Amino acid sequence: MEDGMDELLAEFLVESFENLDQLDQDLVVLEQAPNDLEVLKSIFRTIHTIKGTCGFLGLSKLERITHVGESLLSLLRDEVATVDAEIATALLAMTDAVRAILVEIEKTHAEGDVDYSALVDTLERLETRAKGEPEADAAAVEPVEAAETVEIPEVAEHDRLLGEILVATGEVREVDVAVGLINQEHGDDRPLGEILVDAGVADTRLVADALAEQREAKSSVADSTLRVDVALLDQVMTLVGELVLARNQILQYASTQDVEPAFANTTQRLNMITTELQAGVMKTRMQPIGSIWSRFPRVVRDLAAQFGKQVRIEMEGKETELDKTIIEAIKDPLTHIVRNSIDHGIETPETRRAAGKPEEGVLFLRAYHEGGQVIIEILDDGAGIDLERVKAKATARGFITSEQAAKMSDREAANLVFLPGLSTAEKVSNVSGRGVGMDVVRTNIEKIGGTLDMQTRPGAGTTIKVKIPLTLAIVPALIVSSGGDRYAIPQVSLLELVGLDRDSARVGIESVHGAPVYRLRGQILPIIYLDRELEVADGDDASNVTIVVLKADDRQFGMVVDQVHDTEEIVVKPLSPQLKSLSGFSGCTIMGDGHVALILDVLGLAQRAHVVSEVQEQQGVGDGTSHLADTREPTETLLILKVGHEGRAAVSLAAVDRLEEFKREDLERTAGRDVVQYRDTILPLVDIGASLGYAPTDEYTDTVQVVVYSNAGRMIGFVADRIVDIVEQVITIQQKSDQPGIVGSLVVQGAVTDLLDIEEIVRSVAPFYETLEEVVTSV
Amino acid sequence: MSDTRQFCTLHLAGHLFGVPVMRVQEVISYQVMTRVPLAHDVIGGLINLRGQIVTAIDLRKRLEFPERDADQRAMNVVVHTPGGVVSLLVDAIGDVVEVEDTIYEAPPETLAGVAKDLILGVYKFEDHLLLELDIDKAVNIDAPLELVA
Repeated sequence: MEDGMDELLAEFLVESFENLDQLDQDLVVLEQAPNDLEVLKSIFRTIHTIKGTCGFLGLSKLERITHVGESLLSLLRDEVATVDAEIATALLAMTDAVRAILVEIEKTHAEGDVDYSALVDTLERLETRAKGEPEADAAAVEPVEAAETVEIPEVAEHDRLLGEILVATGEVREVDVAVGLINQEHGDDRPLGEILVDAGVADTRLVADALAEQREAKSSVADSTLRVDVALLDQVMTLVGELVLARNQILQYASTQDVEPAFANTTQRLNMITTELQAGVMKTRMQPIGSIWSRFPRVVRDLAAQFGKQVRIEMEGKETELDKTIIEAIKDPLTHIVRNSIDHGIETPETRRAAGKPEEGVLFLRAYHEGGQVIIEILDDGAGIDLERVKAKATARGFITSEQAAKMSDREAANLVFLPGLSTAEKVSNVSGRGVGMDVVRTNIEKIGGTLDMQTRPGAGTTIKVKIPLTLAIVPALIVSSGGDRYAIPQVSLLELVGLDRDSARVGIESVHGAPVYRLRGQILPIIYLDRELEVADGDDASNVTIVVLKADDRQFGMVVDQVHDTEEIVVKPLSPQLKSLSGFSGCTIMGDGHVALILDVLGLAQRAHVVSEVQEQQGVGDGTSHLADTREPTETLLILKVGHEGRAAVSLAAVDRLEEFKREDLERTAGRDVVQYRDTILPLVDIGASLGYAPTDEYTDTVQVVVYSNAGRMIGFVADRIVDIVEQVITIQQKSDQPGIVGSLVVQGAVTDLLDIEEIVRSVAPFYETLEEVVTSV
Repeated sequence: MSDTRQFCTLHLAGHLFGVPVMRVQEVISYQVMTRVPLAHDVIGGLINLRGQIVTAIDLRKRLEFPERDADQRAMNVVVHTPGGVVSLLVDAIGDVVEVEDTIYEAPPETLAGVAKDLILGVYKFEDHLLLELDIDKAVNIDAPLELVA
């Protein structure tokens, strides 16, 4: 019994906390648009639910507060009164009180002894005032009275009652429902909905909606979702990590030893299941970033009021999903950035007016996925940062010399604010400006493998760009070796690989004033040598090398490694405290053969080698919403392929997932099509030359070059005879093509090249996929 | 009646060191290690302890003894520390001994340098001395470095 109660209480707490977040948001919206009935109804419903449940759980204090709150809300809902700043503040105070009591209940299982009678008085006073404003309309006030006298049995069962749903919509009075229920008890065997419609207190549409909601609530909440303890999920995630390691070890064993076919098959199955399990578990941990953003409107409202500023918050990409651990980890740093923007960034209305800006400042939050990472941008259209003052302060504190300060670019200067002990706030407020803040923000973001970049334009605003990984636990990585050891490079920082044999390495890598560079498609690429950076060089420069082209902080550089192995899913493990201070490594992992390998921290290495320096991009905020206007003519990166005897075809590199090489003997045939086994699945192959009618080549090769394209979980391989190059250029179609699969021709590097219509070719393969899926599901 | 303590003993460059038995998770033979470039040279490398990655600290280097001969393979003494499990690389492992407080003595004043920092005390046996190692300080390689800097 006791347990049952505890469980109920726990469930109540979780639900109520969620509801409160929503409430905060709704109340802020309401203040802006006092006549929004939908929002009012939503607020009313939330409070009504909490009130109902606490009556049932015997939480009298909470019930008292929510009760007066509800009474006030019902007046607002019935449009007897309108929301003004005082009412909004009181309602927000009520939310805070409710939250405080809930926290207390969570901790001690009791409501605590804080006295909220002042709040109750305020709410009651506002209610009385609200009633007094127009001539007291008895009918409008009645529902409140009714709520006090007629108690319908509240949510005693988990399923929501139809009557309750109807009352919550705010269009049916509790008293009418009660009458209906009493009639039922006295032998009226019509359903409640019908009674209410016949009595003329509800129309059929309303009842139908309520019934639909009831059904939905039953099926979606009770049957199809389940609350799971995060600790349990964490444990499962750790175990999946271990499983991935064990899988990798078995795969390695199976590939190096001569194993029986049965074992090889089982290994393949294990491989597939593990991958799917991993994806599934990851998914359970994903949460939309909106879950932490939802509290920002309230934070912004309170702070703006506190500083006498006018700030509007806008958000884009609330649904962007992130791992739960990461969501937790970025909650505080993001809140801090938001606070800073309001405190220091956005000016007071007077200052803004004087500067010719609208009085209301804009804080714009945006989140989106990019290249396996999540980017969160916080933009404000405030005063920006006075870089000269930042530099002066950093110099005064001895972080940089005045020489360095003079040479420093604006971007570097802006990023000085992340140094500990540096605050440029003239006035220290209780919110920010004490010099402990941005450095903590940075440390916390970096702790989870994220990066932080700040750009500012004096008078126009500040942009803070936070990049964070989607998940921490398992990442795809390229395994390379250097100086005799293997290292893992996270795939997110990887752009491409350039293989050089011994001779071309000697010629290809040139020196600019002692700094090695490589010309990659005409662009100068700074080069670092991994073995030299890590001080593990064995002095043997003779062999072939590979340049791994990496990006760090939006900048590209090449890293020379001795050998490139394979890509592998690695389980990221943290470095021990003894190694934490090392720049250059972000963690470690266990390889398939059981040996430990270090994971390279690309940004750290780049900084060590000083290849990450200034670039031109200076993107500020104009009006907070219209940014990122790109005026250049859009160029596209194209992959150039040789097909057939002398055909040249181009595909957009953006559409390409990977480039692979397969042995011709590995090609198999199924459902009338060439396929190859690839990454646990069957990859259908399309021979571009043959299918688009290019003259076949007479060269015979042992291997085939395959361009892998993936979309919506389906992968297709395009077979080309040779991969010629990658070029970046403006696409100008010279001649449109009537042939399906070809968009048209254009001139690339002085040769006529057909631009392939990948989508069209993919569509032509769709029937094959359907057959394949049928086969798979019927097995 | 005097109190007794149990120590796991380790041989290191002709000395006998002791660490409290309760701190020792396990003792394992030589393991292949992954070297950590750029790290402090007392870091022997990383070992895979049944799926857990453990940092190995070379006690010879930590205590500034001469390096082990090339053909001599280090044993791993895996100990618990506040920062997680760490492996201590030693020459050989000795018995577990029970010592009485009566034979304890504070380290001699003449000890200098790392020895002074890392040796907690000395237990006097008839034919040899047992030096009690301060594990927490031994695995904390940041602090002494900062002092030097």
